[in-house]
Amino acid sequence: MLEIKDLHVCVEEDGTEILKGVNLTINKGEIHAIMGPNGSGKSTLSKAVAGHEAYEVTQGDILFEGESILELEPEERAHLGVFLAFQYPVEVPGVTNKTLLRQAYNTIAREQGREELDPLQFEDYAKDKLDLIDMKEEFLDRSINAGFSGGEKKRNEIFQMAVLNPKLSFLDETDSGLDIDALKTVANGINQIADEDKAVCLVTHYQRILDYVTPDHVHVMIDGKIAKSGDKDLAVKLEEQGYDWLTDVASVSVNGEQ
Amino acid sequence: MSESEALESMVGGEYKYGFTTDVEYEDFPTGINEEIIREISRRKDEPEWVTEFRLEAFEKWKEMEEPDWPNVEYDRPDFDNIQYYSSTKKKDGKKKPESLDDVDPEILETYEKLGIPLEEQKQLQGIAVDAVFDSESIFTTFKEKLAEAGVIFCSISEAIQDHPELVKQYMGSVVPKGDNFYAALNSAVFSDGSFVYVPEDTVCPMELSTYFRINNMQSGQFERTLIICEDNSQVSYLEGCTAPMYQENQLHAAVVELVALEDAEIKYSTIQNWYSGDEEGNGGIFNFVTKRGHCRGDNSKISWTQVETGSAITWKYPSVILQGDNSTGEFYSVAVTNQRQQADTGTKMIHVGKNTKSTIISKGISAGESNNSYRGLVKISPRADGAQNYSVCDSMLIGQTCGAHTFPYIESANPTAKVEHEASTSRVGEEQIFYLQQRGMDEDDAISMIVNGFAKEVLQKLPMEFAVEADKLLGIKLEGSVG
Repeated sequence: MLEIKDLHVCVEEDGTEILKGVNLTINKGEIHAIMGPNGSGKSTLSKAVAGHEAYEVTQGDILFEGESILELEPEERAHLGVFLAFQYPVEVPGVTNKTLLRQAYNTIAREQGREELDPLQFEDYAKDKLDLIDMKEEFLDRSINAGFSGGEKKRNEIFQMAVLNPKLSFLDETDSGLDIDALKTVANGINQIADEDKAVCLVTHYQRILDYVTPDHVHVMIDGKIAKSGDKDLAVKLEEQGYDWLTDVASVSVNGEQ
Repeated sequence: MSESEALESMVGGEYKYGFTTDVEYEDFPTGINEEIIREISRRKDEPEWVTEFRLEAFEKWKEMEEPDWPNVEYDRPDFDNIQYYSSTKKKDGKKKPESLDDVDPEILETYEKLGIPLEEQKQLQGIAVDAVFDSESIFTTFKEKLAEAGVIFCSISEAIQDHPELVKQYMGSVVPKGDNFYAALNSAVFSDGSFVYVPEDTVCPMELSTYFRINNMQSGQFERTLIICEDNSQVSYLEGCTAPMYQENQLHAAVVELVALEDAEIKYSTIQNWYSGDEEGNGGIFNFVTKRGHCRGDNSKISWTQVETGSAITWKYPSVILQGDNSTGEFYSVAVTNQRQQADTGTKMIHVGKNTKSTIISKGISAGESNNSYRGLVKISPRADGAQNYSVCDSMLIGQTCGAHTFPYIESANPTAKVEHEASTSRVGEEQIFYLQQRGMDEDDAISMIVNGFAKEVLQKLPMEFAVEADKLLGIKLEGSVG
């Protein structure tokens, strides 16, 4: 589904190279976890896949279902079925979740040649998804993330993912800052959404969400490259030993705060 | 024409109203002096008292200086080079068309193109229209139907002829002849505008609207509107404005007076989309307007809602004098400036009566190299016991080269009054846009969504039929404004 080949990415503003040759293949039906210390390039990778204009691809390619998406605008990538759950979800006062999601859902449906939903149909459809994240109906009528607690914002990302039903989801530190109950809710949401036709990539600092969502593949990113890949046992090893054994340069412990 | 098409046309789009209508004008000299003012009065066949009103105003205007306190920059209009009266040639020398057959087909077509067909059967149900073209009201629809309810809706020129006692009693009673520089100029040379009278115990059965069009390149438009609501009556009125794209600036100096008697309620909405000039700031309308409402009776209410998107320069403060006890004044404004536009707009709430209340919600949106200022006065007089004001002034910046300013003035002479003021400034950020793009919206839709969310409180106050289109207009106005 997603094939990242020798990807080099710079910050457009000052030319600093952050990704220095990432190779990664994600097939449908798989759950991947990308771990790594701060500053290793995990978030940059998510944003580069989503098409953030502040990051410039200087070498390599990103293929989605066999086609390069480098030239596509962020919304065009979304139309194909690429979703990014933001590390810091943005507030949009005065625009309700419902308004955003219905417009987003219908735009994507239109682009994919599926049927659009009228306001009533959409409301029913969205209400079903609310259960996934254990939120009440009022959630639909609140302004996007405005005045939300940190946990609510993260749940809202999972809710949006459930509504938009993307093929590939990058979850950028969706687990950070959550208490254990919220973490379980979020993990539960992810598990329910993930199926054999979809792929999920969890970008995370911590091993703890992997207690609830079992990844098929775990990758460790260090200094802009994937330093090691393995199965879920790799995450356990990281939990126990930190990243030091992977590199002399990185010396941040897995459980260490930022 | 479908409802949405009609409404879309009413508020505009990318500026597709910049065309010019080829009509023949009656000759009229440019410049201003006593003789010109008498000539305007003569052409309009006005009674002596109106001529006197004009001349007195002119005397005051001559003594006045153009104010320089607003936060806008422009070349002072050359008052000797403006044509103060611009009237199209009529068939058979008739003054005012009796039916649409008497109206120049070119002008009918103009309104058709603007989406305001003047044939009643083509119009939106429930909305009566007065169409003002340069200095004249061309036609007013649904007059008969309104008359059945006792409501008078016509041009101010007709009202002077047909209802002189009402005009004499109220014109200039809210905005005196010498109130300010441009109000005095208007009082001297005013041309057309609307007149509305709603009798006692009457809720006006239709939405009333006036559509102002400036066509003549040389002429100014000096609109004069007067709305009177008698005891326990109500009306909702909406004005829309467009003009062709000229390299030169045109002046629109209006005076609007509202009078609400006991238990009366007036809701006045504006969707202003005058031509705003090109990217370099050439051309566009100078929109220098005095709008004031007078809550004369107890428990009366006046509500201004404005969506200001056009004009090179907007300079106006729709105000309310809260004289009646328990009266209410409201001001809801969205002012959008883009490219080189400048706006200095806000309101004045003058609390005179006891337990009077006012609410001010102002949303300024600046993009491009524009400059957008909110200026507002809340004044509480010594006898206004229990007066309350609540003000919110929010500014939103799009891009790095625009400016937003807030000038709130509060003068309270009564210790029992409560005045609250909140202000905020935010910037539409790259991250906000990226977030919405990631959810599938393109950049323009993303900006439109952010801006509409920001202005929502105000847009909700518009008559429902127009709210949707005002929404779209904001989006279109800001298209491509983020690099």
